[in-house]
Amino acid sequence: MIEACKQAQAEVPHYCYHPKLTSPGNCRMCLVEMGMPPRPSPDKEPELDSEGHAKISWMPRPVIACANTVAEGMGIKTQSTLAKECREGVMEFLLINHPLDCPICDQAGECTLQEYSVEHGKGESRFLEQKVKKPKNVKIGPRIRLDDERCVLCSRCVRFTREIVDDDVLGFVDRGSHNVLTVHPDKPLANNYSLNTVDICPVGALTSNDFRFQMRVWFMRETNSICTGCARGCNITISSRENKIYRQTPRENNEVNSSWMCDSGRMQYHLLESSGRLTEPMIKKGKSHEVVDWPKAINQTISGFSKFSGDEIAIIGSARMTNEELYLLKTLSDTLNTNIIDVIKVEGEGDDYLSHKDKRPNSNGAKAILNLKNPGSKLNTIKKRINDGKIKALLVYGENILRFGFDEDVLENVKFLVSSHIQANPLAKLSNIILPGAGYAEKRGSMINATGRLQLLNKAIESPGQSRDDWEILQDLNRALDGKDHVNELADLFSEMAYQVNALKEKTLSSIGGLGVQVIDTGETVPLLERESRRVKQGLIVG
Amino acid sequence: MASVKYIKGKEPHKCEYRMIFRNVDRQGWDPSIKSYLSDGGYKELKKALKMKPQEVTDAVKASGLRGRGGAGFPTGVKWGFIPPNNTKPIYLICNCDESEPGTFKDRYIVHQDPHQLIEGMLISCYAVGAKVAYIYIREEFPEGAKILEKAIEEARSKKYLGNKILGKNFDCEIYVHRGAGAYICGEETGLIESLEGKRPYPRIKPPYFPAALGLYMCPTIVNNVESLCHVKHVIAMGGEKYAQIGTPRNTGTRILCVSGDVINPGYFEVEVGKITMGELIYEVCGGLKKGRKLKGVIPGGSSAKVLSAEDSYKIGTGDSERVIGIEDIPMDFDTMAACGSMAGSGGVIVMDDSRDMAWILNNINTFYAHESCGQCTPCREGSLWMKKITDRMISGSGVPSDLKTLTSIGDNIAGRTICAFGEACAWPTQSFVAKFPGDFIKHTKPRNARKQLNPESKIAAAGLKT
Repeated sequence: MIEACKQAQAEVPHYCYHPKLTSPGNCRMCLVEMGMPPRPSPDKEPELDSEGHAKISWMPRPVIACANTVAEGMGIKTQSTLAKECREGVMEFLLINHPLDCPICDQAGECTLQEYSVEHGKGESRFLEQKVKKPKNVKIGPRIRLDDERCVLCSRCVRFTREIVDDDVLGFVDRGSHNVLTVHPDKPLANNYSLNTVDICPVGALTSNDFRFQMRVWFMRETNSICTGCARGCNITISSRENKIYRQTPRENNEVNSSWMCDSGRMQYHLLESSGRLTEPMIKKGKSHEVVDWPKAINQTISGFSKFSGDEIAIIGSARMTNEELYLLKTLSDTLNTNIIDVIKVEGEGDDYLSHKDKRPNSNGAKAILNLKNPGSKLNTIKKRINDGKIKALLVYGENILRFGFDEDVLENVKFLVSSHIQANPLAKLSNIILPGAGYAEKRGSMINATGRLQLLNKAIESPGQSRDDWEILQDLNRALDGKDHVNELADLFSEMAYQVNALKEKTLSSIGGLGVQVIDTGETVPLLERESRRVKQGLIVG
Repeated sequence: MASVKYIKGKEPHKCEYRMIFRNVDRQGWDPSIKSYLSDGGYKELKKALKMKPQEVTDAVKASGLRGRGGAGFPTGVKWGFIPPNNTKPIYLICNCDESEPGTFKDRYIVHQDPHQLIEGMLISCYAVGAKVAYIYIREEFPEGAKILEKAIEEARSKKYLGNKILGKNFDCEIYVHRGAGAYICGEETGLIESLEGKRPYPRIKPPYFPAALGLYMCPTIVNNVESLCHVKHVIAMGGEKYAQIGTPRNTGTRILCVSGDVINPGYFEVEVGKITMGELIYEVCGGLKKGRKLKGVIPGGSSAKVLSAEDSYKIGTGDSERVIGIEDIPMDFDTMAACGSMAGSGGVIVMDDSRDMAWILNNINTFYAHESCGQCTPCREGSLWMKKITDRMISGSGVPSDLKTLTSIGDNIAGRTICAFGEACAWPTQSFVAKFPGDFIKHTKPRNARKQLNPESKIAAAGLKT
């Protein structure tokens, strides 16, 4: 009923209801009036009102919109005197024991208690008594703090841990107004999805240690993007202010990540803040590197590679790169006549929820664009040929290959090494030329996730110093190499790529949209989404 | 009837009709199966097993038996709610969580006549098709639980429980489950949650009507102890004959538990509706204490709305409509509802003119504030708020607006919660303040004469001035 009201643009306020969780019906905020037309006796036509609708006999008591379903002919009043009185009453009850500490509460600005008290509250308090005191600043897990006085006991977090991530560690203790949310004494809320409870908490009871007291939410700019922590490609919102990211939160996409994401994905943005970021192009001089400007770095790179024949050059890319970057890398490789190009394959631990064992976000893009059957399968050949002295020049893009089987002894045989990365790493130290790229939140582009969905990466902040969007660097390399004119706009580049890559046929950058489009059938499914759709079929959740 | 002799000093009053309490305080009686069998025990079970289950249900429907737990819902109708195409196991639960203040009838059945309950449950299980039944007994009845366990053992050894009961194709097992001390466990869905081992948060209805989605999401019938005992007597007499006891629509007998300001408080089994409030107080219970006047009566457990002795009550409809005083109200379900209260669990609490209603309401509010499960907002926050207000009033810091606030809190709770606890905690406040405003006004002083109680509001007031 609550969703039907929303569709009819008569939004019903609620705390405990969440479309992905079961409805306990406990907050009582969504009380509305409901009625059905009386069943007429067989010989009579139903009575109609002045507007031609069947006359409705209203139920004397209000009903909760979250746990009831609509039926044909049903009447629902969301703005009647009774419905308004109910909401006003519930708001008053919720606020009498609430600390009213909005000025120091992190939830302020995105707190439903604040919003609804403006829309549905009384505006003044009749409460003359002492408030109930409850535990504050409780560490319930490594990443979350709980303020029980702010809690409205909606049980969303309890249901999330129980129903979605099977980690039933939260619960209520004590009775009545002294009820408190608490965590199992021996089992903290430490699962990799714990921060989702902070997102679904309608008030400031659960706050993230990482985000609390960092920034007021109304100051932040929101950018829709995707998480690049693994091949799942969870849809996210990046919140930033003045070129600094403050948090990443999941964005609903029922084909990818539902409404959730993992904690490790959320914390990824700290990588972009690291002090070891590469901010200037550099060229090796003797044992150290000197800072140069971009034209010099680009020209030196190209002139360096032109000293070698195509057979003597290998290119190692990364499945962290966007489709556009991979496409340009391929163009570069074609012009250089190299016949060997591959990406690093990185597998880690996946789980039965969202986290994927493929720890690179765009392996499917790399397969499609670089025509790779098995990403990473050519790496041994490259290594061997380097050892044999056949490959003398190497372009490494976006990966520290020292971590993936290429040790310094091997790389000593490479005469000319160019690498691009965002972090200063041992590989950069060995490189003749270093090209500083942009992190995932500092650039635009598209990627294809594990289930074959083409999704957009958006730019939330500027990359630091002189570092640049990678597709521009690669395009400059292409320009310098063949002297031809190349497209200047990402959208044009996408169209050019779409023309050549089968999987992207007839797609344009703008056609991807906020939720992505399915482009490849990988046969993979998302365990968490399958469970959710089963629950929808069982009628347990709305979905 | 006449053959039964009772312990001296505990003989039933002549107005009583002892059926369920036939063996309570009986001379030479003990709760053993030996006593029970010597008095024709388990005869009705044998009779019922010769009938078809549907015939048993039909007899209960015909008897007009209404639930004795508080809501007064027809028992036979409740049994009929089990979905007809059901394939899941069916459970019967005996609600022995007698927690309503002012009610003390089930404990006597359990303590003195447990086999009557077991026989009633077995007949009911047979009727609804349950193979497993539970007795959910409140934590505060440890002795009762022991007696029930022993009675179940005895019944099993005599083949009244287990497989192939009395050689018929009927298997049934009864388990005793002890609660952990919460009023809300008497609410049927709260009880079911508790029985499942969870926190007894009542379930939302729809969709969780116990007859369809009850214990372990299977059809479940939850009946009060007294109701289940009545089933035995319905079978003994036949539905139609049972229906002649009491008054139409209010059939059978019921046990009234009288407490408060009367000379002889206690339990009295009477025909429903055949006795008036006045007869109950002045004849059966020996009247009020010397020199005292009746002030008010809570007729059906502490959650029922209070009736004032000063008021007159309109009952009946059409030609039979008449206006009566409190003494003339017949003690039945429908009239009590017409008078604006309820027959509830049969706990009659009598208050004379020595009582200050603000103190009484505070007592009741304290109970409900402590027992609210805290699941839904209005009851969780409202019950404690009402208690805090009456606390403040009786400690001398009431303000005139408190009466209005109390009533409005009650209005904001009743009818807006998951279970009937909302009404249970709101009705006393609504009715006490409405019926006895004088007792509350005298605890108030105008606001400016009152010192600021809430430090936060003091700060706020100072902030507004500057």
